[in-house]
Amino acid sequence: MTESILSEKTVCYHCGEDCLTTRYRIEDKPFCCQGCKAVYSILADNNLCTYYNFNDHPGATRARIDKRFDYLDEPQIVTELVDYTDDKLTIVTLYIPHIHCSSCIWLLEKLNKFNPAVYYCRIDFLKKQLNIKYDTQNITLRGLVELLYDIGYEPVISLQDVIKKQNAIPKDNLVQRIAVAGFCFGNVMLLSFPEYLGLSEFEQSFKHFFGWLNILFSLPMVFYSGREYFESAWNNLKNKVLNIDFPLALGIAVLFLRTITEVLTQSGAGFADTLCGLVFFLLVGKFVQRKTYHHISFERDYRSFFPVAVQVITEAGEKPVPLSDLKVGRRIVLRHNEIIPADAILLKGEALIDFSFVTGESVPVSKTLGEIIYAGGRQTSEAIELEVIKPVSQSYLTQLWNNEAFARSNDNRMQTFNERVSKYFTSVLLMIATGSLLFWLPDWQRGLAALTAVLIVACPCALALSTPFTMSAALSIFDRNLFYLKNTAVVEQLARINTIVFDKTGTITTATDNHIDLTGQLNDHQKQLIYSACSNSNHPLSRMICRYMGNLTKLPVEKYGETPGKGIVARIGESEVKIGSGRFLFGRYKDDANATKVHLMVDGEHLGHFTFRQHYRDGLHNIGRLDSDYQLFLLSGDSNHEQNELLSVFKEADSMHFNQSPQDKLDFVRFLQRMKAKVTMIGDGLNDAGALKQSDLGIAVTDNVNNFSPGCDAILDGRAFSKLPLFLRFSKSTVKIIHASFLISLTYNLIGLSYAVSGMLSPLTAAILMPLSTATIISFTSIATHIAAKRRNLI
Amino acid sequence: MSIIYFLIGCSVLLALAFLSAFFWAQRSGQNDDLYTPSVRILLDDDEEPKEDK
Repeated sequence: MTESILSEKTVCYHCGEDCLTTRYRIEDKPFCCQGCKAVYSILADNNLCTYYNFNDHPGATRARIDKRFDYLDEPQIVTELVDYTDDKLTIVTLYIPHIHCSSCIWLLEKLNKFNPAVYYCRIDFLKKQLNIKYDTQNITLRGLVELLYDIGYEPVISLQDVIKKQNAIPKDNLVQRIAVAGFCFGNVMLLSFPEYLGLSEFEQSFKHFFGWLNILFSLPMVFYSGREYFESAWNNLKNKVLNIDFPLALGIAVLFLRTITEVLTQSGAGFADTLCGLVFFLLVGKFVQRKTYHHISFERDYRSFFPVAVQVITEAGEKPVPLSDLKVGRRIVLRHNEIIPADAILLKGEALIDFSFVTGESVPVSKTLGEIIYAGGRQTSEAIELEVIKPVSQSYLTQLWNNEAFARSNDNRMQTFNERVSKYFTSVLLMIATGSLLFWLPDWQRGLAALTAVLIVACPCALALSTPFTMSAALSIFDRNLFYLKNTAVVEQLARINTIVFDKTGTITTATDNHIDLTGQLNDHQKQLIYSACSNSNHPLSRMICRYMGNLTKLPVEKYGETPGKGIVARIGESEVKIGSGRFLFGRYKDDANATKVHLMVDGEHLGHFTFRQHYRDGLHNIGRLDSDYQLFLLSGDSNHEQNELLSVFKEADSMHFNQSPQDKLDFVRFLQRMKAKVTMIGDGLNDAGALKQSDLGIAVTDNVNNFSPGCDAILDGRAFSKLPLFLRFSKSTVKIIHASFLISLTYNLIGLSYAVSGMLSPLTAAILMPLSTATIISFTSIATHIAAKRRNLI
Repeated sequence: MSIIYFLIGCSVLLALAFLSAFFWAQRSGQNDDLYTPSVRILLDDDEEPKEDK
């Protein structure tokens, strides 16, 4: 080994990536590419290098350059993107996925130093959003976005901004209602305490005063904070559904009426304390259940993935046209790194399309003139011209979204335990209540007392709280293990799955780390030659070869030529180096379709080839062990050459289906569902979108949660893939915990009922039982969830 | 003991004041982003750019 191989790796001062060359330097700071260097010099010119003091390598890699924002000059597009605009001021909120550290906050809130026309910038760190107010006269939206792009923070702009929409929904004042409930609860408890301790004869005037105050505090409780329970119960009754909100609403109403009666008739202290406690705890439970991931979107469809506009060739030259106005027959131009928005025929240029978003396959595919290119691919080489043959919404992949099967609401999803149980619970409760009334019947007073007491004491507060608290505890444990669920109900769905369908490419293989094998022997000099040639190329395969070779000294390259999609010819010193596909090197050559190969040739001598294989994710063998409890299936768009390797995981050849089109995948999931299977689909790309939506539980696997992932119920970070069996088992434990806490709350209800049916329920008993059962349930669920997670090594 | 009427009146008024303060904070968006300010406060203003790190 030469010394140069052992030399220390240098990392880019800006983004922290390995530097493959030593070409880009400013003073003593190394950079990996021209882009990163440019960002540094912009910051240095504006005296903003403090940016680098807060964190090491805070920047985003800027390896790609040349991006166009012409479309942001179109007034029609601008008006859709901005929040507010007039002659003087424009307000816009941009989503910037790269926001990740304090340096980002520092720099992005100093945009004013780059351009004084920016008045105000505020970052919302968790949402990764930047709110900007700027002078409409002195800077355009395009100028602003280009500025952000120049300093390495490219906003993601799409017309269907689901993240914005998703965050806008919960505007039901829950926090305010909890605040009011807390305020009333606190005051009522204060006023009820004297009653618990007993008031002497001459203090009776206080008793009435306190009683009236209690009624006063109960009013906002019932009519403001607790109002939604009445509305929900009423709506459900109209639809002939008995859900848990019905006994809750009944309980609240009875508590309130009985408090008023008792205070008015001066027959007792009333139940204002129980009423306030009940509503307060219920609302807190609601709050706990509502966990949102601000930076992750589960509702994406193709519109958030595709660009906002595309360059169309007209007689007057190129013009940006919004995607919705793109018509069949138009000629469009796509440049490096742009996404193909609609199915189109290649007319001009070398197309080297990266379909990793579609299939998960990371090696770009080269296309010849006249070939149809499906929407969703990303052009990775020079500019190409295409003719659109299908409208955007009817492309091969996007029409999966328009499948009529998805028009259904969520009603078809599995019912949660809570929904199933509360039906029976409510009917039994009503029966006991009327029974106790009938039992005391000649004695109206005692009968009514018993009836109301039953409704009060059996109010399923603890039952209503057990699910939210368990599920939100489970959700945060999943979250810590990089598994993000859309909402708490998904945990229960996960527990009831009995069939798992996997996509292959990009799901059980990684899209990024391909496995490289070198066939043939190379000496050190040859290695250096190949490294030097490859380091000039930006092709993903060349970069992988460079990484494979390690950090070698680069020899000066005298002549260099790259044929996109084919290979490289370089002259280095005395040697001629050719690297590329078999056809490129040997003229006629039959590549086998199984793996991508790159052949090496120095001075006309064939030295061997690199084979790029897909790399299975770690922990794939863990998945194989699931077959005792689950039916496992594999659906792949590829041919079956990996079938033998995968047999160790999927056991039977019957459970693996190859050459599946996106529609086939969807149909297969539907077929399984018709066989009464509860199916979860685990996929990654646009081609799985239909199956993910059709399945009972769609899980999208992604290597970067901020990147695009198709609409789904849960997003699994690729690094946590090996923990999938643990997640499944843990979800089953949480359901058991919910069952157990249901039993606990039922026990409390039975104890309370034994007092209640006799009509002798004192307000004190109710006031003790209710918070006691709530406290038991909350502590039981959180402790039990914690223990279950610990047993599975999830925390 | 009639002082209790006065005291309770005071306590309720005080609590109401806090409740309205909370409502004001919520309406003016002070609770919308609970994380970023905690980072922002640690960033110094107008620090002289340092060349080395």
